[in-house]
Amino acid sequence: MNFFEKLAKLDRRWVFLILAAVVVITLLVDVKTSIRVDKEVRSVYDFMESLKPGDYIQMSIDYDPGSMAEMHPMTYAILEQAFKKDLKVVITALSINGPGMAEQAILDIMDSVQILYGKKIVYGEDVVFLGYKPYPGIVILSMGQNYRISYPQDYYNTPVDDLPIMHNIINYDDMKGIILITGTSGVDFWISYANGRYNAPLAVGLTGVMAADYYPYLKSGQIFGLMGGMLGAAEYEILVNKPGPAMEAMKVQVWAHIIIILFIIIGNIGYFASRRKGGVQ
Amino acid sequence: MDWGTFIWTTIGVGLTLSVFSFLYKDNPFYRFTESLYVGVATGYMTIILWYNGLLPTLIDRIWVGQPWWQLWGGKWWYWIPGILGLLMWFRFSKKQAWISRYPIAFYIGISMGAAIPLEMKNRVNEQLYSTFGNLMQNLTFGPDNWWSGVSEIIIIIGVLTGLFYFFFSVPHKGVFGGIAKVGIYILMIGFGASFGFTVMGRISLFIQRIQFIRDWVVAGNEGTGGMTAIVWIFGLLLLLLILLEIIRHIMKKPADEAV
Repeated sequence: MNFFEKLAKLDRRWVFLILAAVVVITLLVDVKTSIRVDKEVRSVYDFMESLKPGDYIQMSIDYDPGSMAEMHPMTYAILEQAFKKDLKVVITALSINGPGMAEQAILDIMDSVQILYGKKIVYGEDVVFLGYKPYPGIVILSMGQNYRISYPQDYYNTPVDDLPIMHNIINYDDMKGIILITGTSGVDFWISYANGRYNAPLAVGLTGVMAADYYPYLKSGQIFGLMGGMLGAAEYEILVNKPGPAMEAMKVQVWAHIIIILFIIIGNIGYFASRRKGGVQ
Repeated sequence: MDWGTFIWTTIGVGLTLSVFSFLYKDNPFYRFTESLYVGVATGYMTIILWYNGLLPTLIDRIWVGQPWWQLWGGKWWYWIPGILGLLMWFRFSKKQAWISRYPIAFYIGISMGAAIPLEMKNRVNEQLYSTFGNLMQNLTFGPDNWWSGVSEIIIIIGVLTGLFYFFFSVPHKGVFGGIAKVGIYILMIGFGASFGFTVMGRISLFIQRIQFIRDWVVAGNEGTGGMTAIVWIFGLLLLLLILLEIIRHIMKKPADEAV
């Protein structure tokens, strides 16, 4: 058994260990990495920058703790940008674990905006969290008619008509745009129902696993922006000029990918070497 | 970090490491954490569905502030979806399972009615139009936008050859074989892109957990003496477990070789 054949049959736990070591070391060492911002991420940023104070946007935070690593940095960056620009933000969560994610992000950003920029964000005036409702397709269709059909009350059981932020809005027509940060297939409902039926302008932030499937919707104009996984989140952090956890993670990603590519090459060399000798078929 | 948050974070770190320990081999720490996760997730989802779904959209509407025995005081017509929902429970009876087909039929009928026209429009018509609709306008090769023209050609070739790969009414031989081969290469590039994004996604999850553990260690060291002690005790216990496993592995090896 030669060197490459031995490597091809290496216990996979060594691969895990080496990958873990690379991740830990690159996270602790100050490694620089440069990231180019793609136009599909820039178009989300440009849209946000084009809005005037008092304009309404909707954010749908449809992910669970399992996708938090990729999604939270996007939510935080966009929410902070919205609050800095004095936008009115209506937040929903159509994934069952979404409310916890959304509430954490809202409270954290309300605090950080006050500390960093001295802006006091008032719940019910600047932001409202409508909460979770089951069956996303039906909820998305109903919000196109009137938010009050699915959400007569907000997440904290306050009637929405008692909240000043809701006085001027009825349905998607009152929103300048909807930004989905989602780790679920609920994005299909948003594209088909909110955009397809009500022409609501949509931008999406997706997990890396999902991102490649939704590029065709960019070309067709059904979504106007797309942030894919940790890379998309890091690009957005660059645009808002606030490098955070996604930027930090990307420097690790680069080295982790190099290691994975090396293992793939070694595995293939080992495979072909074995096949030449008639070992592996 | 206050003590309450620190304790919960310490538990989080322990559970994270327990889950990762499965990468080495199955063990009691992993099995405990897996069971805990399933239990907590089920409990959490049940409560969320009760308070965000069933209670406000059914029960509160049937009983609007009156005692539970007054069944017709509120919006009585909500009994119809309520009863349809209850019929779903007949799935558990082998003899009466057919009854549950009525609510399923009702649900699928509504979903189909809402979805089919919109799905056809958004997934087929819009995509066809974006690929072939403005073909001549999109095929521009100016000095500034020549790449968009090239992209357009790649997309059209990719769509046609990719579709042809799944067209089996003619044998994939000769010219048709060549077209199908281009199609499979295009599909492989697409799968490659998805795979790359998937690897990035999985590594992202791992990085976030390592960031979480690092932040806990930093918080412990910067916190009170008690917190620092907990971090050290935790680290030493982990080291001890690893050492014990290494010793066990070394001791076990000669016996295995003898077998």
